[in-house]
Amino acid sequence: MQEKKHIQLPMTERDVLSLRVGDIVFLNGKIVTGRDKIHKLLCSDTKARQEVPFNLKGTVLYHCGPIMKKTAGGFECVAGGPTTSMRLEMYESQVISAYGLRGVMGKGGMGSATLEAMKAHGCVYFQAIGGAAVYLSKRIKKVIDVWKLEEFGMTEAMWLLDVVDFPAILTMDACSKSLHEEIEKQSSDIFRTLAGLR
Amino acid sequence: MRELRNAIVELYRKAATSLPQDIEEGLRRSLEKEKKNSSARAVLSVVLENTSLARETGRPLCQDTGVPVFFVKIPVGQSHRKIRQEIISATRAATRRVPLRPNAVDVLTEKNSGENTGINFPILYFEETGGEKLVMDLILKGAGSENIGQLYKLPDAGLKAERDLEGVRKCVLDAVVRAQGKGCPPYIIGVGIGASKDQVTMSAKAQFLRHLDDTAGSVVLSTREKRIVHDINQLGIGPMGLGGKTTALAVKIGVNHRHPASYFVDVSFMCWADRRARLVFSFHNSQFTIHN
Repeated sequence: MQEKKHIQLPMTERDVLSLRVGDIVFLNGKIVTGRDKIHKLLCSDTKARQEVPFNLKGTVLYHCGPIMKKTAGGFECVAGGPTTSMRLEMYESQVISAYGLRGVMGKGGMGSATLEAMKAHGCVYFQAIGGAAVYLSKRIKKVIDVWKLEEFGMTEAMWLLDVVDFPAILTMDACSKSLHEEIEKQSSDIFRTLAGLR
Repeated sequence: MRELRNAIVELYRKAATSLPQDIEEGLRRSLEKEKKNSSARAVLSVVLENTSLARETGRPLCQDTGVPVFFVKIPVGQSHRKIRQEIISATRAATRRVPLRPNAVDVLTEKNSGENTGINFPILYFEETGGEKLVMDLILKGAGSENIGQLYKLPDAGLKAERDLEGVRKCVLDAVVRAQGKGCPPYIIGVGIGASKDQVTMSAKAQFLRHLDDTAGSVVLSTREKRIVHDINQLGIGPMGLGGKTTALAVKIGVNHRHPASYFVDVSFMCWADRRARLVFSFHNSQFTIHN
């Protein structure tokens, strides 16, 4: 049921279509971070599209506000686990279609608008392990660059990271299947029985 | 007061980098219950490995070092104002030294203060104690779990929840179903019952100071706590919301007298990375201990 897959970024649509809910994946290559402020910017400002200094096509957008330490040569990631993705639901479908992402990674899953955009544009959702910030920071080989650090600060900036065997579980695929939706349905059902609501 | 300030920096370090033993043991017990080759088991083993790594490397367990919440018991005669000042100075120092992620954002300018201090940030609850030593509990409350908390007013027709502990059980189950995996389960759940909104939210938070294996003061409450955990773990949400047997490690309920017309229930969530630590400080000789 659970297949282990090593993924090299950037991904093509074909790569994405070979992935299924339940796959355990290990990401390799360049990913970017982005959370509340970056999503708002990417969606609200038409100029932003020209200004993003990194190529987002085919890559993974990681919902993460890391702790970074300044070093002689740049930055080192001290702790870098995922943040709750659902806060970005109102933006994500637009970001996927406008920037050509092939993957979104965070925790807790996303809603129906994102799931639809994933099907329409060939994109998937990876669930990273929340709170496992030190473990995951060890898989960030290099902090390559950062955008909007001054303006947005460490947490909200867009970081360009080089990751090696970054582990995650595929929970929303490009064929409209969502593990989060399934578990929500099942648990709501059990809840109604336990609460005597049927 | 410099000694107190340094002790508070160490309190921050302990809370941020070292998971309390009772929580770690709870997670270990949960792992044993989950099926072999399941996502739940994989998630819990990574979580436990992360816990060891954080302790060994002195790095924060989670990048979200949260909102610091202090519950402080102050000996008679010590200035609350000065202690508040030391906490604020220590917060700035800890943010640089541990390091902690700066999380205090000005609502009007949207600027992050960069040092985890600002208007009512950190959150401080002071009370006087008859004891000779200062007892300072610190909770680093992650935002993912804070965001999924719910406040209920009973009765609630939609939940068929009346004004009794059975109604409270339905509220907690409803809150967990709404939360799903968004706040990093397995959760520790604090519940406050009482007369007003501010009273019950504070009461729910204060439950996070209780250890997993402690029992509530009354048999009625402790029986109810166990029943609710049992029911939550039937829901199948599981570690990180990927399915499994462990959705919550514990439910802790705090009660206050209520107004005849009111029955408020607050349900507060703590992620598995339940970061708390206690400082006991003597003003006579500046000796202190920190444990969690």
